[in-house]
This record gives sequence, C-alpha cells and structure tokens, in this order.
Amino acid sequence: MTRLKTQKLMTDVLIVGGGTAGCYAALTIARHSKLKVTIAEKANIKRSGCLAAGVNAINAYIVDGKTPDFYADYATKDANGIVRRDLLLSAAKLFNSTTAELEKLGLVILKDENGKYVSRGNRNIKINGENIKPILAKAVKAEENISIINNLNITDLIVKNNRALGAVGFKTDENTAYEIYAKAVLIATGGASGLYKPNNPGFSRHKMWYPPFNTGAGYAMGIRSGAEMTSFEMRFIALRCKDTIAPTGTIAQGVGAKQVNSKGDVYETKYGLTTSERVYGTVEENRLGNGPCYLRTSVIDKSKDNDLLKAYLNMAPSQTLKWIESGKNPSEQDVEISGTEPYIVGGHTASGYWVNTNRETTINGLYAAGDVAGGCPQKYVTGAFAEGEIAALDIIRKYADAEIETYEEVFESKLGEYEKILGGSNEKFTAQSLEEAMQKVMDEYAGGISTGYSFNEKQLDLADEKIDKLITLADQLSAEDTYEMMYVYELRERLVVCKVLIAHLRARKETRWHTFNENLDYPDTDPNYFGYVNSKYENGKIDIIFRDIVQEAEYEHKN
Amino acid sequence: MSIRIDKQKCVGCFQCTAVCPGSLIRKSDTGKAYIKYPENCWGCVSCVKECRFGAIDFFLGADIGGVGSTMNVSYEGDIIHWNIHKYDGTQITIDVNSKDSNQY
Repeated sequence: MTRLKTQKLMTDVLIVGGGTAGCYAALTIARHSKLKVTIAEKANIKRSGCLAAGVNAINAYIVDGKTPDFYADYATKDANGIVRRDLLLSAAKLFNSTTAELEKLGLVILKDENGKYVSRGNRNIKINGENIKPILAKAVKAEENISIINNLNITDLIVKNNRALGAVGFKTDENTAYEIYAKAVLIATGGASGLYKPNNPGFSRHKMWYPPFNTGAGYAMGIRSGAEMTSFEMRFIALRCKDTIAPTGTIAQGVGAKQVNSKGDVYETKYGLTTSERVYGTVEENRLGNGPCYLRTSVIDKSKDNDLLKAYLNMAPSQTLKWIESGKNPSEQDVEISGTEPYIVGGHTASGYWVNTNRETTINGLYAAGDVAGGCPQKYVTGAFAEGEIAALDIIRKYADAEIETYEEVFESKLGEYEKILGGSNEKFTAQSLEEAMQKVMDEYAGGISTGYSFNEKQLDLADEKIDKLITLADQLSAEDTYEMMYVYELRERLVVCKVLIAHLRARKETRWHTFNENLDYPDTDPNYFGYVNSKYENGKIDIIFRDIVQEAEYEHKN
Repeated sequence: MSIRIDKQKCVGCFQCTAVCPGSLIRKSDTGKAYIKYPENCWGCVSCVKECRFGAIDFFLGADIGGVGSTMNVSYEGDIIHWNIHKYDGTQITIDVNSKDSNQY
C-alpha cells in the first residue's frame, strides 16, 4: 500500500485552474478585497491551458462604431439562438476594459498612427499574444494575497447540502494529497479535448486544436456533484489548417484568403457562413468528391509571406515549420483545411455549467468562468477575462463574510481511492489503452470525424453502452506514480463528459447546427427544440431538463 | 509533433519541466531533462522558449508533413530568433520582435 502525505489548507477563495479566466479572477479579487486566494493548477500557470503557445488576435472586442448588442446579436445568430443573452451582454460590456488592463500589464496591441487599435473585421483586434500567459502569471505572482500551487491536480469538489466547501486533489510532483477549504470556489479549468479520435491518431495524436491536457476536469467535478450543465450537444468543431491544426483566421480574415474546393470554386456561400456551416461546407464538398478544400493563399503577394510566417510563430509554430518543411511559402501554395475532432468548449459554443448572470452555478458558492462556463459562446479570451471578473466581484459581494466549513469524509474517501490506484497492479489495461478505446467509440458511434460528424439514435445507444463498460474498466486502473495517476483521473473525467454528451446529443431530437449536432434521424431544425437542453447527474443517472430561452436581463437560478 | 532534448546541451535547470503544460518533461537519473511521452506533446513550444541553452529542438512528426527540420529559439533583447535547421543542412532564422504586433 502506497501512503500519501496529506496537506490541509484553508483559504478564502479557491480557484481551480490557473488559465485565462482563473488568473484574471484572482487578480480581480486581490485588487478589490483583502480576501486570500489560492490557485490550484495542475501544470504551471506560466504556460498552462489553451493559451500556452500564445494567441494572435483578440477575437471578442467591441470595435469603434459597434456595441455589445451587436456582438450579442452575432453570437446569437451563429449559435442559431441557443445562447444566454444576459451572459453575452455582461461579458461583451467588459471586452474592452479587460483588454485595456492586459495592455497595461504588457500585452502588445497593434495601433495606427493615431494610437488607435487596428481592427481585423468587425469584432477583432491584432496583438502579439505569444507571451499572454507569462504576462498574466507575472501579474498574479506579484499579488501578496494570491498563493499559487502548481502541479496540483484537483479531482473532486467538496460539496455538502448543495454548498461548495472546497476541493481535493494530489500533487503530481510529490506524494501529497491535498484537501482545501474555502468560502467560495471558482472553477476555471477549461473545456474538454481528446474525447474523440483525433485528426492525427498516430505519433502526432496530440497535435490538436484544443490543448490535449484540458480533459473536461471541471465539467466532470461539477457533474459528479450534481451541478446543472447546459448545451453539451452544441459540440465545437474547428475548421483548421490540415495536419498542424493551426488557426485559419490569420489567413482567412488576416490576408483575405478565400475558401475554395479542388476545382477552385468558392463554396462557402453555398452552405452559409456561420461557424458550423463553414465546417459543414467543407465536409460536404469532400463527400461530393470536390475535395481537398483549401484557403487560397497562392494568390497573395509574396511580400506577405514573412509576416505570415512570423504571425504563426506567435501562436502555432508548427504551421510555420510546415511551410518550411514543404519548401514553399504561403504565396506559393494553398493551405489545405479540414475539420477537427469535436470538442466541448464553452468559449466557442454554449457548452458548460448552467450559471446565473453572476456566473454562480446551481451549487451554492461554486462559480464557473471561461471555457468551462456555458451559455456564452464566442466569448474567447476577453470573455474569459470578463467572466473571471464578474465571478470574482460576486464572490466578494456574496461570500466575503461566509464561514469556512470542513467536511472530512470526502477527503478520507478520496485519499483511500488515490492510495488504492497507486498500490494496485493492472496488467491488462492502461489509461492510454482505454483512452484509445473511448476515442474509437465516440468517433464511430457519436459523430466523430469518420462519420462526417453525423450519428443516429441507434449509434448513440451503442456508444452509451460501450462508454459504460469503459467506465467500469477505468475504475480498475492502477498507476505507478502520481503523474500516471493524473492520467487515470483525466481518462475518468473524459468518460464522464462523454456520458453526459451522449445524453445531450440524444435529447436534442433535431439538427440545430450542422456538424456540431448532425442527427441523421432528425436532419432538420425543429422549432419545438428552440430552447436549452440541460442535464443533472443524480443518483447514478443523468436527468435531462429542457429550459426555455432566458429573456431576462438578469437570470437567477430557480427550480 | 514533438521535441528532442540534447543531453550534451542540457544543464539540468529543469525550467522546461516546470512549464510543460502536459507535465511531460521529467528528470533523468543523470540529472538531465527528458520527455517521457514524445507522442503526448502538444507542440506549444513553451519548453523550447524557456530553454536558454538551446538544448530543446522542436520538430514535426512525419504523419503531419515533417521531413526532418528542427527549430529552436535564442534571444537578443526583445528579439526572438527562431533558428530553423533545415533537413538539407541549411539554416534560416526568422526574427520576431516581441514588442511588435502581428500584422494579420
């Protein structure tokens, strides 16, 4: 039996995940109160989460002449109506102030000769975001009321009588289990990748759009604790540069490259211009034999080559290297594009925790911000900052004077579980082999790349049955050290997310968004499903809750 | 998509170990950094940028078009030199000023 050391901590606010939303929330609390904040981060806040490599534009910004309503209208249309306008507007109102704050901290933003930001289209501004995470991490470290615990993998929330009391986890770089109690807890763990078989299933299997280390931990913790989730069936599929899975916006919007099929036809107008329709168009063109599809960069002036190579170094260096490996610059060849495997990510679509306008979840004292929070698609980086700020200010208002309550039973039970995993031996299955099995199931039966993202109910039934079997097997896994134990938990988190995702896909008996939920039994949009599909995990089963579109400017939870 | 760490150049500072978002870089018995699961690398190059000894090279797997070129980083004030050692033995350097914004 492997024994772990134990560590018990008390803090005012526990933030799980030191990414964009988590760091910004911590800064907000430190600047607006005397509360002590602890950030639990499973890697290191300097380069963790989806912005590890950088980001090359602020994609949610209110440019001159536009309004937060304009932004909310755009996001609503793109999501075919399934959004929370209260959340979109409250985030959009903070896009510009949070951007200004980041510029103060050191983010480089492109300006014209009059000192005004240069916009890229109607909602974006150009930056150098290569070092956006180090900038945030430095600001967080400078605050004396913020403690950062890197390499701390949180596995479960401590919830009693529907009130969040803290969380438990273990350090990957030392044999210590942690129990942390707080007045309030903010989940800012990001979304879920790696549920489906990826584009490059071999050596480069982790060359995916969303970080392979974002496993849906935050969703899984909330689901297990009975938090209500929304819109998991609005999966996100990115249209990307093939192979490197690098962003296309820099080429499409930055240099105006058109999306064309192999015959040179501009096809996007045939299928529509929403995010999901662009992916759908590319899938359809390939199905019709008109592939491969490209972004036509071969017509751009070669003077733009060097700036494109540099721009990609600041966010997706693999694409720069790919151009060099091919021996041809962007102006000498088109860039092939493809859809990625589906992800669950609340920064792009509406999947995530069901929250009130102040980002408190249905569990009291538990907040969600950034990719893990639902209802607010296309919030991107600035939306994650905004949600971090909104949640932080509400935590100060509502929980600054709350009592910290302990509840040892959860920790004792988890400690036993950790030690059992570390002390066990399973010679048949590993987290890796079960992950591959899960990705195969999801790919073939729950609308992955191999079926053109489509599925029917029979397939979903099979997927559900097979995921259940994998959940049983995952409970028997062992690990030789704490790093390997993190992989075991990451797999378990993904399986829980898959289970809920399948239930959501099954509940929305229509095709509201091509590719994102392409239901072959119900290929059309059905006005009866103009509403949210929510879910709650209780007593070992997932209950689906249909909710009407929120009309109020301020939404508070009710039964 | 992965990295390789040059054992000769690695001084064992483990800054790469600290920043890897996947906690994939570990300490070997000989006091050097090594990547435990090369196929689990995301390709974010955080470690490449962190290494001040040029010990970490980034490369593309053959399954995504890699033919053997590698890339690492060196610094000069605000300038980041991206040093690309091409498969044919030639070298090119792309300089990015960290105070300059992307143009696109």
